[in-house]
Amino acid sequence: MLTRRHLVRTAGAGLALTGSGIGLLSTAAAGINLPSGLPEGLRNNAILDTLPGKKPLIKLSYRPPNYETPIEYFRTAITPNDAFFVRYHLANIPEVDAKTWRLAVGGDGANGETQLTLDDLKRMPAAEIVAVNLCSGNRRGLFQPHVPGVEWGYGAMGCARWKGARLKDLLDKVGLKKEAIEIVFDGADGPVTDKTPDFIKSIPAWKAIEDTTLIAYEMNGVPLPHLHGFPARLILPGWTGTYWMKHVTSIKAVTKPESGFWMNPAYRIPLGKFPTVARFTSQDTAVNTPITEIVVNSLITNPLDGAPVKRGAPVTIGGIAWDAGYGIDAVEVSSDGGKTWTAATLGEDLGRFAFRTFSYGFTPKAAGKQTVMARASNKIGQGQTTELIQNPAGYHHNVVHAVTLNVT
Amino acid sequence: MRAFFILIAAVAMALPAAAAEQPVELKKAPGLDKVEGNCSGCHSLDYIVMNSPFPSAALWDAEITKMIKAFGAPISEADAKTIADYLKANYGS
Repeated sequence: MLTRRHLVRTAGAGLALTGSGIGLLSTAAAGINLPSGLPEGLRNNAILDTLPGKKPLIKLSYRPPNYETPIEYFRTAITPNDAFFVRYHLANIPEVDAKTWRLAVGGDGANGETQLTLDDLKRMPAAEIVAVNLCSGNRRGLFQPHVPGVEWGYGAMGCARWKGARLKDLLDKVGLKKEAIEIVFDGADGPVTDKTPDFIKSIPAWKAIEDTTLIAYEMNGVPLPHLHGFPARLILPGWTGTYWMKHVTSIKAVTKPESGFWMNPAYRIPLGKFPTVARFTSQDTAVNTPITEIVVNSLITNPLDGAPVKRGAPVTIGGIAWDAGYGIDAVEVSSDGGKTWTAATLGEDLGRFAFRTFSYGFTPKAAGKQTVMARASNKIGQGQTTELIQNPAGYHHNVVHAVTLNVT
Repeated sequence: MRAFFILIAAVAMALPAAAAEQPVELKKAPGLDKVEGNCSGCHSLDYIVMNSPFPSAALWDAEITKMIKAFGAPISEADAKTIADYLKANYGS
């Protein structure tokens, strides 16, 4: 009989073979290329583990399931569904029956209320968008000093083609009152005990009625997988994943700000610290505001940190860049510690909310350690930071990424 | 309390799509039974390990307070003290 450990190892080896030759088994004993900056406890404890229907992903916690995507899967602009990261706050995650699922739309900020079946939703005019879903706390594990929480490395993100109905069309069915200030979402998943606050999130009414805000039922051309929110979820391009409610069952327009735990104190950034354009002012306090837009960022995905390369042999530095939807303007690469930067070539444009691939030809000239860095900027002049912007919850880590190659 | 654990068992059985969760073995030291008994009802224990060795004593106290006050964990005062001592001694800085 195969043991579970054996299965995990085999799966990892398979991935290594199908990758670029720089496999998952090339570094740590556990078979995962984990950044050295992550807490020791995370590094010792994380394993490659296979959830139903998924490739082996980096398991941070079993229950609720928090699994991140190995960097190898970010070499394309679209992240495959079976490699897409999994993130839940609460451990009661029922498998929704599409036949009995209903989506209730109403609230005191709406003129009426209605209930839709999945077929009703699919009969509405459909829209498609390629968009990055990025966990607010992606790279939290790299914060120094340490910030407590789920200690994510680089992989709490993914980019998919989402298809669904526009939220504004759903809200039109009930009619928004002019006093409607926020739209509140609840999903079928919830806490283990009723004393724990259910995961409920709101977004500003102005954001809800944008053309790009969807209630999606497809992900990369197939029905939303269970762990990604079957049968329908909110897609909020440009904003961090906390708002992208999975298994959505209730949409309420409200005339007062939502006050639950997951809006405040959770998911807050200090006022004035980040160059955020899109604001969620109905939720402001004197000191903080909800996290909203994704900050401009990039990641070198090939070669991996620590990879061996040959002196004098050309190597392609590859990666992805993304922002809140203003559009990636340029990615630059430096091989001299940031003294000089050269423009990389941008890959296919799948839309302003998508990962944008980049590539840069580089030939290492001397043996030894060679550091390569990449930085992205967007079309409104925002860039990445060289020094971490500290904040209490460990959000918005967009420090310029560097890999160190071993040249022989 | 008993109803709480029955609820947990029911939830666990209603999760056919969940991964085969393996036991997370924490350091064997006094208080481990209280940690396993009180914490693992709502979350797997890898949450504790992944932050080590950074949490200070004050941070572990704050985390336990958050679990009780914000998340409604039904942990007695005596158990909370035992859990705090265990976490500080084994997974703290």
